[in-house]
Amino acid sequence: MRIEAIGCEPLQLRRVHLEHSRSLDVYRRNGGYEAIKKVLDTMSPDDVINEVKKSSLRGRGGAGFPTGMKWSFVPKDSPKAKYVVCNADESEPGTFKDRYLMERDPHMLIEGMLIAGYALGSKLTYIYTRGEYKYLIDIMDVAIEEARAAGLVGNNILGTNFSCEVYTHTGAGAYICGEETALLSSLEGFRGHPRMKPPFPAVSGLYASPTVVNNVETLTAVPDIIKMGGEAYQKLGTEKSGGTKLWSVSGHVNRPGVYELPMGYDDMEKFIMQDCGGILDGKKLKAVIPGGSSVYIMRADQIIGKDVRMDYEGLVAAGSMVGSGGFIVMDETVDVFESTKNLTEFYKHESCGWCTPCREGTDWLTKVFKRVADGGGRPEDAQLMLDLCDNIEGKSFCPLGDAAAWPIQSAVKRFPEDFKKHLSVNGEKGAEN
Amino acid sequence: MSTEPVQIRPLSQPVDIGSEVATFSPEVEAEIDRHLAKYPVQRSAILPLMFIVQRERGYLDAPGMLYLANRLSLRITDIWEVATFYSMINTKPVGKYHIQVCKTLSCKIRGAGKITSHCSEKLGIKVGETTKDGRFTLSEVECLGSCGTAPMFQINFAYHEDLTPEKVDQILAALP
Repeated sequence: MRIEAIGCEPLQLRRVHLEHSRSLDVYRRNGGYEAIKKVLDTMSPDDVINEVKKSSLRGRGGAGFPTGMKWSFVPKDSPKAKYVVCNADESEPGTFKDRYLMERDPHMLIEGMLIAGYALGSKLTYIYTRGEYKYLIDIMDVAIEEARAAGLVGNNILGTNFSCEVYTHTGAGAYICGEETALLSSLEGFRGHPRMKPPFPAVSGLYASPTVVNNVETLTAVPDIIKMGGEAYQKLGTEKSGGTKLWSVSGHVNRPGVYELPMGYDDMEKFIMQDCGGILDGKKLKAVIPGGSSVYIMRADQIIGKDVRMDYEGLVAAGSMVGSGGFIVMDETVDVFESTKNLTEFYKHESCGWCTPCREGTDWLTKVFKRVADGGGRPEDAQLMLDLCDNIEGKSFCPLGDAAAWPIQSAVKRFPEDFKKHLSVNGEKGAEN
Repeated sequence: MSTEPVQIRPLSQPVDIGSEVATFSPEVEAEIDRHLAKYPVQRSAILPLMFIVQRERGYLDAPGMLYLANRLSLRITDIWEVATFYSMINTKPVGKYHIQVCKTLSCKIRGAGKITSHCSEKLGIKVGETTKDGRFTLSEVECLGSCGTAPMFQINFAYHEDLTPEKVDQILAALP
């Protein structure tokens, strides 16, 4: 497992390889908590929001919504308490970047939360971490107490009027809680069901109060934006996709890992074939899912020789999405029917059951996949899968439905040979599905 | 079409959950208080508290649920509703060591199946079962965020990564 920056100076990964990188001492000796000091000494909350706007930072959790804009939606005149919630429910298959940020550099997240808290007028902030990452919650708790003892968390931070609490909170194994409104339901102590938008969390979120939910990687980018200035951060990347981005790489590559690249890195083929050491055992590349399992799967010929630029626009142009930046690389031995079946089972398991298209649709799809895998494939099944996806996509209550449909739609269309192989059997078994 | 009348059974049957309420040591009570103090609304602490009850009692049993209902001023159905939504909350007993093999794509294509079948053979149980001595439960779970070090499993809360069958043997042998 590698953790390194390629094509740029490490920014978010600057401290991860230092000895005792978790400690307050090492963090401070390497530029830590300078940004919150600068904010408290010289900047108004609006200055902070403007700086984040200038940075072109976009939400790193998957949706890619401009962070500065999200922050500006919080009504300043609201008499209600305001909340900042960090989404550390990293559960998107193929994604494991936040884990290493928290494991190696927890104070960077705390500083990001404090700056967000200052900008949004929040005195109470939570880090919602998936339950399986219990060891990270323990690491964060130690770091928070260390920061509290140094006057960096709690009342009158650094001797100013600004007070802000940072608390950890645990999830308990539900992928849906990565969706921001489901996360808030869960944080309030309910089932993780998504809520109707609007009202958006910025207006009515946690305890019906204005709330901003940001991903770990988004919040940990904020201290550097403040220190170097929004413009300088944006220039590390492209005009529309500012800064650097962490990519988690897994599957059939020689050097899986977490890589920090400038936004707009050129190009995806070079990244997989050189930076990640190429395909295991000298095999051929077959497919890549570049943004966590919820995005369109790409064929090798959409990547090789195509100069795919690695940023929000570049990946859309190439036929997929940045998503959470989780690369799952598959070699020629992978049967895309099988890999799609695996992801369909994932979405079926993780569907929260709240809305019918997603609950019933993902269940039906897994039954069709199972029947086909058991030898009962019929020629019309590819179309049946697409029809089922069509009844989920855009018709479910939250984006989980789309996320379940997209991998199947793209796999059926881009790897018809892998599906045909199973569907020509025209079997009898399991005809009820 | 059949003309037989359709028999509709009641959706849920009455269950006797008893009246025993779990009790905890002063240290655990203090830990619970610390969690409750984090939130302006007590119900928010439901998941952290469920993990504590589970740790202390092995799983979230009926006395544990009654305790939580009392402590959080909620109905027992509120507790049950939440407990049954989250896959990490066990409402049935699990082994002392809960082996949770990640089965999602990145692990699958790097050999998760072999790890599961190796555990299964070694322990003599199928996925979803517990050994007779109550020592091991074997489960397959969805993505644990350890894709770059696949295949992997979690035993209780501990991550074990880059697994091979030999490594699995060593890990299981080293458990107290």
